[in-house]
Formats: sequence, C-alpha cells, structure tokens
Amino acid sequence: MHGVTDFVRNIRLWFAPEEVRQEGGTPDYRFSLANERTFLAWLRTALALIGGGFAVDQFLPDLRWGWRVGLALALLAAGVLCALRAVNHWVRCERAMRRGEDLPVSRFPALLSMVVAVVAVVMVVVVLVGWEG
Amino acid sequence: MNGPVNGPPGQVPDRDPGLQPERTRLAWRRTTLSGTVVALLAGKTALAGGGTVAGIVAGAVCCVCWLGILRIAHRRIRVLAASRVPGALVPRRAGAAVLCTVVMAVCGAALVLQG
Repeated sequence: MHGVTDFVRNIRLWFAPEEVRQEGGTPDYRFSLANERTFLAWLRTALALIGGGFAVDQFLPDLRWGWRVGLALALLAAGVLCALRAVNHWVRCERAMRRGEDLPVSRFPALLSMVVAVVAVVMVVVVLVGWEG
Repeated sequence: MNGPVNGPPGQVPDRDPGLQPERTRLAWRRTTLSGTVVALLAGKTALAGGGTVAGIVAGAVCCVCWLGILRIAHRRIRVLAASRVPGALVPRRAGAAVLCTVVMAVCGAALVLQG
C-alpha cells in the first residue's frame, strides 16, 4: 500500500516541476544528468519491449492467434510498466538527491529480468512445439 | 576533481572533463532511435492490418507520439548544448516523453487485437 500512495504522490510531481525544485538544494548538475541518462536507459528498455510486442505480432505469423496476441500484449504491457516506473524512479531519485537522502532502492530490475527470462523460455517452447499447430 | 584534465588550478575548464552533457545528448539521441524503430514497426502493423480506419488511426497516433518524442529530445538537446552547466530535466518533459511511449503501447495493443 505504501508503494501505491507514494506512486500517486509522485504522479502529481511529474506535472508540477516547481514543487520538485522547491525541495532541498540543487544537486551537482552531473548527478542530475546521470539520473536523466538512467531514466532514458529505462525508457529505451520500455521502447524495446514495445517494439518486441509489435515484432512478435508481425514476424511470428505461424503462431496460433491466442499465443501470438497474448505474448504481444504481455510485452506491450511490460513496456508500459517499464516506462511508468522509469519516470517514477527518476522523480524519486531527483527528490532524494535534493534532500540529501539515500537513493531509493527498487525490486523492479530483478522483477523485469525474471519476466523477460520467463517470456524468453515461453517463446522458445512455443516456437519449438507450436510451430505446426 | 582538480586533476590534470581540468587544466591549471583556479582556471575554469571550458568543458566538463566527464563529458556529461554530451553523454546525455547521445542518450537522448539513442532514445529517439528506439522510438523510430517502434514507430516503423507500428506503421508496418497498421498497414498489414488491411488498412482499416481504426488501424490507420492507431498508426497515425503512433506517428504523432514519435514526433512528440523527437520534439522533446530536440528541445532537451538544445538546452544541453546551450549551457556549460545545464539544468536538470524538467519533470513535465520526462512525463510527456513517458506519455508518448505509453500511448504508443496502447495503440500497439489496439493494432494487435484488431489485426
């Protein structure tokens, strides 16, 4: 529950930059730029997942409809989650740096890598077993 | 921080020795490239769907989102190039870039479901 309320509060901050700026002191610009690059790296990960969703739909036409659409939608949903989490984590890091607190820790990278691993294994099985079906 | 890279002590270096603004600029550039790949795949999906009205609309929305990402990146790159000590990214821009990405994914879901 704590994560959800935090998330809602952070959504407000995405669109209220002056509130972020008012808190604490301005960190070294290099830290902010590093945080920005991390955000962009996660955004690229999200775009790659979304592109993967399109690719599954377009380049595996022999798969059964259910598998193809299910995998594509799963990848698209993962991309959405990844993008939302990217901006949320960026805001949290930016605020922590302004306040001089520890940077937030996150389970998300571990979760995402496990989801990607599972999807990859499912893809291999589906392509091997379901190619004819 | 006052190593030989920075030049003589007391003198302001004319560039960041870590090239932080340049690296950030290139990160934005890579992000626009990723967005371009997604937009191309979205266009292919929209056209492969048989050219239904819904498909074309979803494809067009994806293209608009791609242009949005390009625009945000372009403005940010200009800010990064304009100052030696650029300010932090504005949350509204970050939110807008993420919004474009999310809308692309939603249009993708619509395209996949109708295709």
